[in-house]
Amino acid sequence: MKLSYLCTSQISTSRLCGAVLLLLLCVYAFATPLLSAQDAASQNLSQILSLPGGNSWFGTDHFGRDMWVRLADALRLSLSMAALCVLTSAVIGVTLGILAATGPSWVDRTLDGVTTLILALPGLVLVLIFAAIVPGSFWMLYVAISLIQWIEYFRVTRAITQRIARSPEVQSSRLMGFGALYLFRRHYWPAIAPQLVTLASFGAASAILMMASLGFVYVGIQPPLAELGLMIVEHFPYYSDAPWLLAQPLIALALVVLSCHLLGGKKAS
Amino acid sequence: MRLRDLLLKRLLQLLAVSWGVGTLTFILMRALPGDMAYRIAAGRYGMDAVDSDAAALVREELGLDQGAWSTYWSWLGDLLQWNLGNSLVSGQPVSESLWHMLGHSLLLAGAGILLAALIAIPLGLASAHHGGWLNRILLTLSTGMRALPVFVIGLLAVVVFALELNLLPVAGFGTPAHLVLPALTLGLSLAAIANRVVHTEAERVFNAPFYEFAQTKGLSAWQAFLRHGVRNMSVPVVAFFGVQLITVVEGVVMIESLFSWPGIGHGLAHAIFARDIPLIQGAALMMGILFVLLNTLVDLACYWLDPRGGQLA
Repeated sequence: MKLSYLCTSQISTSRLCGAVLLLLLCVYAFATPLLSAQDAASQNLSQILSLPGGNSWFGTDHFGRDMWVRLADALRLSLSMAALCVLTSAVIGVTLGILAATGPSWVDRTLDGVTTLILALPGLVLVLIFAAIVPGSFWMLYVAISLIQWIEYFRVTRAITQRIARSPEVQSSRLMGFGALYLFRRHYWPAIAPQLVTLASFGAASAILMMASLGFVYVGIQPPLAELGLMIVEHFPYYSDAPWLLAQPLIALALVVLSCHLLGGKKAS
Repeated sequence: MRLRDLLLKRLLQLLAVSWGVGTLTFILMRALPGDMAYRIAAGRYGMDAVDSDAAALVREELGLDQGAWSTYWSWLGDLLQWNLGNSLVSGQPVSESLWHMLGHSLLLAGAGILLAALIAIPLGLASAHHGGWLNRILLTLSTGMRALPVFVIGLLAVVVFALELNLLPVAGFGTPAHLVLPALTLGLSLAAIANRVVHTEAERVFNAPFYEFAQTKGLSAWQAFLRHGVRNMSVPVVAFFGVQLITVVEGVVMIESLFSWPGIGHGLAHAIFARDIPLIQGAALMMGILFVLLNTLVDLACYWLDPRGGQLA
């Protein structure tokens, strides 16, 4: 859906830049383990904090682990988390949004109550509590982040569907006896889909940020796994000896988030 | 939306926060693997000093020997009476340390928001008034800044101002100098988005027919701005600040952890790391309540600025 949308409609250069950048990062993250013989955990204590170049393109960290591979691992973890969260929350959010807009009114009221309840806590605090229940668990983070993010899709879908459901074309479609599935395919989906790219891009960015934030305060993914936020904390003590080591996860994180923001374009209000 | 409905909704949220946090921390308590009482006792007295007597004491104190439901109800009952129990690590009453942390957090948040306003409003107005290259530069800067999570901004600030230039302390608290970097970090991360909102709103008002008429009828640029500009611009900006509150609270959590600022966010992160459940509950609850209260204040401010109530959402 995303690609076909990008190809058929007019897109700005900044969106294209974002897409290309994100694609490059994905290729790097997912192809590196296939192409490289190194693995991210093997230590080489006789070669710690080595400069980029030579055997390892990005140098080695404080345990002599290859940064090129570790960075790819961390990016892969972040991108997988983002993709999973976006997919889950989009499916749940769009489904419930259409249900709330077209179904009986008690569904709408119940869902409105549920969103009010979840939005009452700042997202990060909720994710922190979830992370506390099962420390260091990828899947718990996934559940917690998706739990927050579906609301955005829900609200947008609900608003769009409500508007369209009252329009003459949907009314006449319904009068002619077309079913709910047809209405969805022919009327609702084409209106929702363009918004989804924007929502998904910003959702992916915030999922990646959330995970890195948790890693940064040491309650997210645990060592020895490579994770961007965690790497930033781990490398900070070596700042004066190896500033490039600290810069690598910082730049990687900024690039991923920037590519998502660019791809998302202007945030729909 | 009417004001009464709005306040009712916020009250509902306040209850939802208490129930949500209480339930989640209760689940957290039950989800500790192994013998809960033993683990908590080990956390409190140290691994070596713990024995089954200590575990029995903890079990009795926390009511762990009763069924799940009755424990759950008494847990929620305690919560409603603001009886948050004692910290599992230090043994201090949670509510006492919360008040202590609250002061620090509010100081940081207040200073950060003030700095953000001082940065964002002049820049936004200037770029709307001037346009051209200034606007493009600010747009690029803001986009770049937004791609950086708040803790990265803080880290860069530490590297530049504390490690390289040796101007300010790296972390800690006590003197006003310790407040500068955390507040600057929060201010910058807020201003990155806020200056664009100010810009958009200022542009909208400057190009509006009523504003042009105000100038045509003879008001000076300054008079027109004060009489017709400020209030019209401020409603969406203040409303947007309500949206930004999430950024404030999340920023406070991250910044306090980064700078070892002894506020609620730092307390929360530490409590999670030490699995100090009463403190987790207290800190999360405090953040939730603060969040809802600030949201209510923003609603009231919008209502006061625009009594038509059009912008309330």
